Amino acid sequence: MTDTPPFVEIVSLSKRFGSVQALDTVSERFPPGCFHALLGENGAGKSTLVKCLMGFYKADDGNILIDGRERRIDGPQSVQGLGLGMVYQHFTLVEPMTVAENLVLARPEIPAVIDWGAERADIARFMDDAPFTLDPDAPVSSLAAGEKQKLEILKQLWLGRRFLILDEPTSVLTPAEADEVLGQMQRLTDAGTLSVLLITHKFREVMTYARTVSVLRGGRHVGSAVVAETDEGHLAEIMFGASAPRADIARAERADAAPYLQIAGLRARGNRGELSVHDAALEVSPGEIVGVAGVSGNGQKELVEVLAGQRSAEAGTVRVARQPWTGARSEIRARGVRLLAEEPLANSGVRKMSVMENLALRDYDEAPLARGILVSRGAMRRKARDLIARYNIRTPGPDAALETLSGGNVQRTVLARELAGSVKLLVAQNPCFGLDASAAAEIRSQLIEAHNCGAAILLISEDLDEVLQLSDRVLVMSSGRIVYETPGARADRYEIGRHMTEHDISETPEPEARTA
Amino acid sequence: MMEGTLGSWGVLIAVLGGAVRVSTPYLFVALGETLTERAGRVNLGLEGTLVLGAMAGFAVSFLTGSPWLGVLAGGVAGTGLGALHALICNLPRVNDIAVGIALFVFGTGLAFYLGKDYIHPRAEMLPGIPLGTWSDSLAIQSALEISPLFFIGAALAVGLRWALFNTRWGLLLRMAGDNAEAGRALGLSVNRIRLFATAAGGFLSGIGGAFLSLYYPGSWNEGLSSGQGLMAVALVIFARWDPVRCFWASLVFGGATALGPALQTVGITSGYYLYNAAPYIVTLALLVWVSNPREALQGAPRELSISR
Repeated sequence: MTDTPPFVEIVSLSKRFGSVQALDTVSERFPPGCFHALLGENGAGKSTLVKCLMGFYKADDGNILIDGRERRIDGPQSVQGLGLGMVYQHFTLVEPMTVAENLVLARPEIPAVIDWGAERADIARFMDDAPFTLDPDAPVSSLAAGEKQKLEILKQLWLGRRFLILDEPTSVLTPAEADEVLGQMQRLTDAGTLSVLLITHKFREVMTYARTVSVLRGGRHVGSAVVAETDEGHLAEIMFGASAPRADIARAERADAAPYLQIAGLRARGNRGELSVHDAALEVSPGEIVGVAGVSGNGQKELVEVLAGQRSAEAGTVRVARQPWTGARSEIRARGVRLLAEEPLANSGVRKMSVMENLALRDYDEAPLARGILVSRGAMRRKARDLIARYNIRTPGPDAALETLSGGNVQRTVLARELAGSVKLLVAQNPCFGLDASAAAEIRSQLIEAHNCGAAILLISEDLDEVLQLSDRVLVMSSGRIVYETPGARADRYEIGRHMTEHDISETPEPEARTA
Repeated sequence: MMEGTLGSWGVLIAVLGGAVRVSTPYLFVALGETLTERAGRVNLGLEGTLVLGAMAGFAVSFLTGSPWLGVLAGGVAGTGLGALHALICNLPRVNDIAVGIALFVFGTGLAFYLGKDYIHPRAEMLPGIPLGTWSDSLAIQSALEISPLFFIGAALAVGLRWALFNTRWGLLLRMAGDNAEAGRALGLSVNRIRLFATAAGGFLSGIGGAFLSLYYPGSWNEGLSSGQGLMAVALVIFARWDPVRCFWASLVFGGATALGPALQTVGITSGYYLYNAAPYIVTLALLVWVSNPREALQGAPRELSISR
């Protein structure tokens, strides 16, 4: 780790996709040892910029200079020798293979026959110097999300790359893991042995780790600053311009009432047969938002699937309105249970069906939509027009296929369908994942509104900020258990983060056994 | 019921010899399919590849008088079908299962069409290695005459397992099967890796076919294969995509197949057809045993359509 990072300069880079100017004469300078954050909403042009830099896109106009020399970058291969490396948001590791195998695979020249003795010695030497240490023999599938992220970074360092682009690296990490990863990056950049370009939309990360920051909006460079000389409010102003999302939403005080959803001793297995939900217990009362925080893959998906009736529980009880719950359509209707599953296009909508048909999926078999065994398209259309106007769904019309809508509008469509009518219990999983800040703010205010109308809401989210913003009570799910509970108002994000990484499967008594 | 001095020993040795004989084509097809599936594709056309390989092997041996050239020809014919499968599947939005079934029908049909003229003549057969010369019993001598292809297959199983974990070729193949995206991120052509893996799988299956027509049963006709190519797919699942376990699984299947004929040689003929169904029953039983309604298969390459 002795070589110095390259000096990277971007000079008035432009890129157009069809009628959209994704990047408009953007210039940036990244001197060796910089820790530079690139801030912006979804669609601001952050990804386009780095993809041009990494050779995945060819810029229409502009230059890229590395160590003062202009480089023609026309394909991912042409960046290979330049010392630039990218760590993707989604892991590119081969899960069934070990850490060592993944490292060897990343090398540009893999020997025909691998001398594992020599490779191991090399890897051990490398690990001595590296910012993180991992067991070379551990299969990647056994690593926690934070360790996988570390391995992605180690892979780039192993390849001798000294200019790292980190694309939303903390989206799947706990605060403590994020601190460790970004803190180590900061130490290396301060020592001058590494340059980091951090793509993010989280102000906290920018303020804590980056030294310099620039903001993109609508493909344009709209501002830069030295982090020490700016503050979050200023950055938000640059990032959102005039349309800053509402920070807080008026919420009604909840009246204490008997729990509407009661889960006790719930066990369920995941797709690979592992115990995913492990004696989980929780309750949600009317007019209450209970937020479940946790790192992805700790049983949240399986829990939601059990509640949706898509997965059968191995043990335990689920009660809604004091009655056993199986997720049958008649129960859903009678007890007013609604679901916002994650990735709505895949899980709660039918992509090829029209917006109108998707909006009718809950009540196509009831009057006024149903007439005997027929469905009235006229009634469906009237209902769709009404919901499209009320929920501000931007669609070419009721007949447009759901998949042609943007992510935010797909989520609005599903939300409109789920919230129309009387909702008594709403289960929402990562409802704002992948949405830009203004769409997310709108979805969140809809959740608060449902809460103000007296619905019991179970919010299961990997976005800790979202959980903290919305919840009356915060629970933490780890290894399939609810391991921690705290009132939303007094929640401490580090305390929560610490519980998120509890991987203790020993038979300790449940901290919270609220079985009636 | 046991008669004669050989009695139960005779049955055991006959089953063992039969197992070795019958398992060889299973082994080659299963090794081939393991390679293909490790790279992330299922080739269900290996039954067609097997039959075409059998025909090609027999024809070339008949025409040149060299059975080993026949084995090579079987492999080459299989390589062709395997490569065809891979090339079609490399096109966007093509399903490997459907292509496999189409090539199964195509391969068998092509073999029957081209092989019409070779049904009657006798071709030069592969020699066996006589390991039973120590015994006076003809039954034992014939049971222990083992084809060199069996040993080649066994060595290949060990070699492939080593290669999957210790060579560049093996790592890339496994990466293509476990995370194609990772391969693309490294700038590799996953399609090309799969082309090689499927073609190599076809080569091995073709050799399995040549064994059928050139060693045991050792003739060419339209009823030559009794579904070994399809059963081998099940066998790969049972063996959890491990070449060495493929070897043991093939022996179990071979033994089940040899049970009926072996019992017949000692005079037990009742339930003959039931014994002949043994391999199929074993297949079913094993698959039921290893599958679990709540679990995805352990060890399955993650890119396979069956594990997604």
